Amino acid sequence: MNNIELIFPEIFISLSIMFLLILGVFKKNSSKIIHNISLLVLLITAVITFNETISINRSTLFNKSIVVDYLSSFMKIITLLAAFVVLLISSNYLRTFKIFKIEYPILILSSVLGMMIMISSNDLIVFYMGLELQSLALYVLATFNRDQLKSSEAGLKYFVLSALSSGLLLYGCSLIYGFTGSTNFNVIATQFNTNEYALTFGIVFILVGLAFKISAVPFHMWAPDVYEGSPTSVTLFFTMVPKIAALTVFIRFLYVPFLNLIDQWQMILVFLSIASMLFGAIAAIGQKNLKRLIAYSSISHIGYALAGLATGSNDGIQSSVIYITIYIIMNLGFFSCLLMMKRNNIYYEQIDDLSGLSKNHPLLSISLLIILFSLAGIPPLAGFFAKFYIFKSVIEQSMYFLAIVGLLSTVVAAFYYLRIIKIMYFDKEKDSYDKDHSLWLKLSLTVSTVLILMYFIFPSELIDAVSKINII
Amino acid sequence: MNFPILSSLILLPSIGALFLFFTRSKSENKITVKYVALFTTLVNFFLSIYLWFLFDQTTSAFQFVEDRIWIEGLINYKVGVDGISILFIILTTFITPLCIISVNNSVTERLNEFLIAILVMETFMIGVFCSLDLVVFYLFFEAGLIPMFLIIGIWGGARRVYSAFKFFLFTLLGSVLMLVAIISIYWITGTTDIVQLYELGIDTKYQNLLWLAFFSSFAVKTPMWPVHTWLPDAHVEAPTAGSVLLAAILLKMAGYGFIRFSLGLFPSASELFTPLIYALSVIAIIFTSLIALMQEDMKKLIAYSSVAHMGFVTLGIFTIQQQGIEGSIIQMISHGLVSAALFLCVGVVYDRMHSRLINTYGGIVTIIPKYAVLFMVFTLAALGLPGTSGFVGEFLILMAAFKDNFLVAVLASLGVIIGAAYMLWLYKRVIFGKLINSELKKMIDLNKSETFTLTCLAIPTLYFGFYPEPLINTIEVSISDLINTYNYSVASK
Repeated sequence: MNNIELIFPEIFISLSIMFLLILGVFKKNSSKIIHNISLLVLLITAVITFNETISINRSTLFNKSIVVDYLSSFMKIITLLAAFVVLLISSNYLRTFKIFKIEYPILILSSVLGMMIMISSNDLIVFYMGLELQSLALYVLATFNRDQLKSSEAGLKYFVLSALSSGLLLYGCSLIYGFTGSTNFNVIATQFNTNEYALTFGIVFILVGLAFKISAVPFHMWAPDVYEGSPTSVTLFFTMVPKIAALTVFIRFLYVPFLNLIDQWQMILVFLSIASMLFGAIAAIGQKNLKRLIAYSSISHIGYALAGLATGSNDGIQSSVIYITIYIIMNLGFFSCLLMMKRNNIYYEQIDDLSGLSKNHPLLSISLLIILFSLAGIPPLAGFFAKFYIFKSVIEQSMYFLAIVGLLSTVVAAFYYLRIIKIMYFDKEKDSYDKDHSLWLKLSLTVSTVLILMYFIFPSELIDAVSKINII
Repeated sequence: MNFPILSSLILLPSIGALFLFFTRSKSENKITVKYVALFTTLVNFFLSIYLWFLFDQTTSAFQFVEDRIWIEGLINYKVGVDGISILFIILTTFITPLCIISVNNSVTERLNEFLIAILVMETFMIGVFCSLDLVVFYLFFEAGLIPMFLIIGIWGGARRVYSAFKFFLFTLLGSVLMLVAIISIYWITGTTDIVQLYELGIDTKYQNLLWLAFFSSFAVKTPMWPVHTWLPDAHVEAPTAGSVLLAAILLKMAGYGFIRFSLGLFPSASELFTPLIYALSVIAIIFTSLIALMQEDMKKLIAYSSVAHMGFVTLGIFTIQQQGIEGSIIQMISHGLVSAALFLCVGVVYDRMHSRLINTYGGIVTIIPKYAVLFMVFTLAALGLPGTSGFVGEFLILMAAFKDNFLVAVLASLGVIIGAAYMLWLYKRVIFGKLINSELKKMIDLNKSETFTLTCLAIPTLYFGFYPEPLINTIEVSISDLINTYNYSVASK
């Protein structure tokens, strides 16, 4: 078979999953070993992906149902690295809740495998397969702390709503198949008749399904509950990793087969984007729980990423990819702080628990300060550049309304980020938190903070990295 | 490659801040950290004086230009100075060390962090005045919000949270539209380099909207009526050093922005919107002067007087005449010195009595005579007495205004009279009169560092009042060239 080396990463990761499962069954008390091996697997997969595919121009295999190009390699590497860090910093948290089990790393690996398939998919069936693989793993992850009512509720809620959206997605797929006679993206692109309204319905159904996965307004209802209920380390995974894959599918699905129908889907994307930016910003103001707050904040951030996609230009895609990359770094920093808020084996997650943090933990609070200002998009931090690239590509297409609404909602969003800073810096201090965090947690916080703070010194690196993405 | 003097000016304070981050002072009064901060800012001050010494006054071209690729094919890190910006840089580097000296009594908690915030602030402020690229300008302009927010919020007074939020959100809201305009300019002309934009010019049909977008940002920052309401709150609640920075330098960013961008990039729109600016300026001058008359809090009174003074500045800028713009710049420099001094004066009595209310005081001339004398100098400078720098600026602005629009000039002159009224009344109520409050008898006169800072501010106030020639020489050529280009592009429309 030709080009089989292009899916070595996927093959490697699936073999490892099977191996780890068997190891887990036959060896007792193996959770620590499996945890460590999984870390290694993620890292090795990232290296393989980098070595084998980063320089590939664009190749397809399995009857053109899998595509490997720069976009897929880039997104896969980000997914793998993000999953790696999540796994790395969550072990203490899992131990505290006595859920440090063999299933956790294996489930993460399986969902990552699903995402990698999604990222590479060039066919509706393959894409759906990857989506379901990652979703099934995520349902279980959400309920992972099964002794807690909230966690079970989160998983169930996620499962029901996600199944509904999968149904819509499948219905959309069937419509598109019915009117074009193919499930392959490239074939669809050559087959369809632009006057066919049923095709538009198909696109809308698929967009709804995808919007659900990335929790864009008005399909966001599950996000705050699921994010709040899931274990924090899983929430961290939810806020970052599945979005990368879903965003890639968004890009591929809209830009490969349906670029000619841009008039039809652009409005939908603009609406999703504006609604997410505004709603995320406004709804976050009233929140008391940090995980709920970050859920709304992630809704708002995904709105900006969608604004880049709505432009219908290569610039827009690149700016969205930059946005999601920077967003992941910021999120990682934020959750590292959240995972440090521990006292006597209890994790605190209310906003008020941060009060006066700057007195007891000056370094932690200055990192959080930098991350929050960056999330709010204040220069010269990385978050500003992320937004700057988005608005640059949006204004290039003369979509001024989108740009102005987007920028105004950053002002609204600034309010709730400032509120956290106010509580940290201006309010009376409480008892101090534990200081004996794992080295990895400290490292991830330091690295993400430094990256955010120092991004302005070498902004070109990231641009160079994504400038090879060329879909249109 | 020459020595990158401007980048050094920008970076030095930040390096100092980084140094402070790792410095821990053992002794109770934390003398080490203060010396580190003071040393950094003084080096910066002498560097900027050296810059002025090297500066060539005979040309309007940008000097000491540094141009480096920053984001490939998009933004260049470009800095440089001309006659308009150099004075603001010197003002910044002059005021900051005085701020740090004044910290002595007012800030006791978290001194390290406070000094870091001030030093980082200095970096951003110098950056604003140096940058020759719109995106770089925006970056510095907005970044200043972070340290100022913290200065007000952490070390401020009772209502500090409200004021800090108001300051931050008002300014951010004004500025986001400017970002849209900057990106639009990039797509219209293909560059954000100011020097190139001056040469290329921007198509007249885009100018009006772009002008309004920039205006929304500068109007909040100036602040102009009716978006001035954040200023009194921010001033009142900020610690003394914060108020000084805010009044002396932050407000000048907007005036500088009007000259550099509104006039320079959008001449025909500026022509169109001049009546708007006139109207808002006159309202600001008269309305806020009347408000200032009724204030019972000294800091609030001075804050409102700042709004009125900035009204003169915007009025002068948009007369678009040599005297008007020269007057505006001198008025800004003078206001930078005088308002800084006035806030320090309020800080001095506040540190002793912990009250900013005017009626707490009265009759203290015999108790603290040195203070009374220096306060007198700055009061007179604020109301524009001949012989102080305040007079030169106001006089030039009014002269230009009379040439352009008689009614506006008459109304603005009315503002001068009210200005004299509230300042003198303030002085009378605080310094003269009967000594009723017996607590005041315990007050101690200015200590060495206070005398030093206030004298440092009094000397240039008086010197430039009698002899404004050095200032005018520096800015003259740049302004006349700006006006020529302006007239040319308006005429060729």
